[in-house]
Amino acid sequence: MGALTLNHFLVLGLLLFLLGTYCVLTRRNAIGILMGVELILNSANINYIAFAFYGGGRYDGQVFAIFVIMLAAAEAVIGLAVVLGIYQNFKTIDVGAAQTLRG
Amino acid sequence: MLAEVIFYLLAALTLGSAMIVAFSRNIIHSAFSLLGAFMGVVGIYLLLAADFVAMVQLLIYVGGILVLTIFAVMLTAGIADVTISNRAVGRVPALVTIGIVGIVMLFAVYRTPWHHAEKIAVDPTTYAIGNAFLTEYVLPFEVASLVLLTALIGAIVISRHEAKE
Repeated sequence: MGALTLNHFLVLGLLLFLLGTYCVLTRRNAIGILMGVELILNSANINYIAFAFYGGGRYDGQVFAIFVIMLAAAEAVIGLAVVLGIYQNFKTIDVGAAQTLRG
Repeated sequence: MLAEVIFYLLAALTLGSAMIVAFSRNIIHSAFSLLGAFMGVVGIYLLLAADFVAMVQLLIYVGGILVLTIFAVMLTAGIADVTISNRAVGRVPALVTIGIVGIVMLFAVYRTPWHHAEKIAVDPTTYAIGNAFLTEYVLPFEVASLVLLTALIGAIVISRHEAKE
């Protein structure tokens, strides 16, 4: 794959990161914020895999990508459990409504 | 040439879906277009000869996290209301922020002399990754299992109902 360089993949990861950041910044819906975080983690993983591929012969990048996927799974489970708990208490998942941390 | 065409198709799929995730006012549309973004990233991993990571992404992101997210969206009734999905920071400050961050990072990407290996390996990666997990990365691997167990117990504790006495 001669014409594709590392920069192609880095720019793709950058654009995905920016979209994820926009999603996190602009949403008040807690599940929407979690979706933005998933996009950001995916963009970081694209960078890891691209560096592993163009680094040649080493697999550390792929190992770290798997660790990131594992942490993303744990984060999604805990995050969505918290969101559902907030929804049961407040009947809304607007992050502005849950500022008090009291049930 | 073929690899370039495939890359641009996958990038268009990923970024197009991610734009729907970020810009759609309806949270259900966002949740479902997350599928396109994750599948595009799977394709990118396959293009970068990371077969095992691509399958892990398919199983955990598409099969786990995405289904969980869609369930959470559907369990919180009335979520499709635009008033609930409204914006925290205004559109303009957010765009300015990501514009500045994007320019700085684009600068970093193009100005850094990245190391390119001459020979690029495209072997199956599962064997090497398994070896790395059980030799060099055995401590993080064990800690990861502990983190997952903690997350499992934590999610059960948070989401269970209190027994009424």
